[in-house]
Amino acid sequence: MEALKEELKNKIIEQLNLEDVSVDEIADSDPLFGEGLGLDSIDALELIVMLDKDYGIKLSDPKEGKKIFESIETMATYITANSSK
Amino acid sequence: MFIKSYCHIKNNAILLNGELIFKGQQEHSFKEFIKLAYKDLETDYSKFFKMDNLSKLAFLGADVLLKQENVEPENEENIALVFSNNASSLDTDRKYQKSIEDNNNFYPSPAVFVYTLPNICMGEISIKHKLYSENSFFIFENFNPEYLYAYSEGLIKENKAEKVLCGWVNVDKEEYTAFLYLVTKEKGIMPHTIKEINSRF
Repeated sequence: MEALKEELKNKIIEQLNLEDVSVDEIADSDPLFGEGLGLDSIDALELIVMLDKDYGIKLSDPKEGKKIFESIETMATYITANSSK
Repeated sequence: MFIKSYCHIKNNAILLNGELIFKGQQEHSFKEFIKLAYKDLETDYSKFFKMDNLSKLAFLGADVLLKQENVEPENEENIALVFSNNASSLDTDRKYQKSIEDNNNFYPSPAVFVYTLPNICMGEISIKHKLYSENSFFIFENFNPEYLYAYSEGLIKENKAEKVLCGWVNVDKEEYTAFLYLVTKEKGIMPHTIKEINSRF
């Protein structure tokens, strides 16, 4: 689980072009949207594509994303339980 | 009418009114150059690194001019944007095409898709500087000062805008050029004429 969290932090920084943000600066429980990392709606769509491409998880209802993408912690928990890769 | 100020970005350098204000290394890629320029010019906009190359180029050029003119977002100035180029958004269109060309690896990127129109760069500038003004993006085979001149003069004379930020912003792979200038009724550094626009390009 810890390795997955680290992997997610690296992927988010790289794929969402978060300049000047390092892995150490993202706490597992930090909110990804709003006052946390400040991600926006396009970033949310990128995260949905990432789940599909890298972990074989297709979200049938994009509204599910709200809970899944709350933090690195919630993402890692969801991926661990649902990944097909 | 007058040209109040103008900006060039090309060959890894940025010039304001003909004076060098930032120079990158010759070996820098566009991505490296524009990132260093963004930091050196203290451009404060968190979404900058999410933009495509055309938007980064247009955004930085516009920012240099609008900062010089002390345009503050809270003043809601009526500055129209009239841009042009010949590659449209082809640089980003190719990236997007690459993400959808293989049916077995079909993962279109929403973040790339949103930049597959050239006029998106004007949206980025408008958001940063709170411009609720006219904007148009024209595709010409070559730089067309006659058209830009007539269009910007028309906007100001018909009271559609108080000022017009216009010019050429073009990106295709590692080839890029920006030439932007601000047209105003107030006295500027040169008269707004086709000859002057052409000679500065």
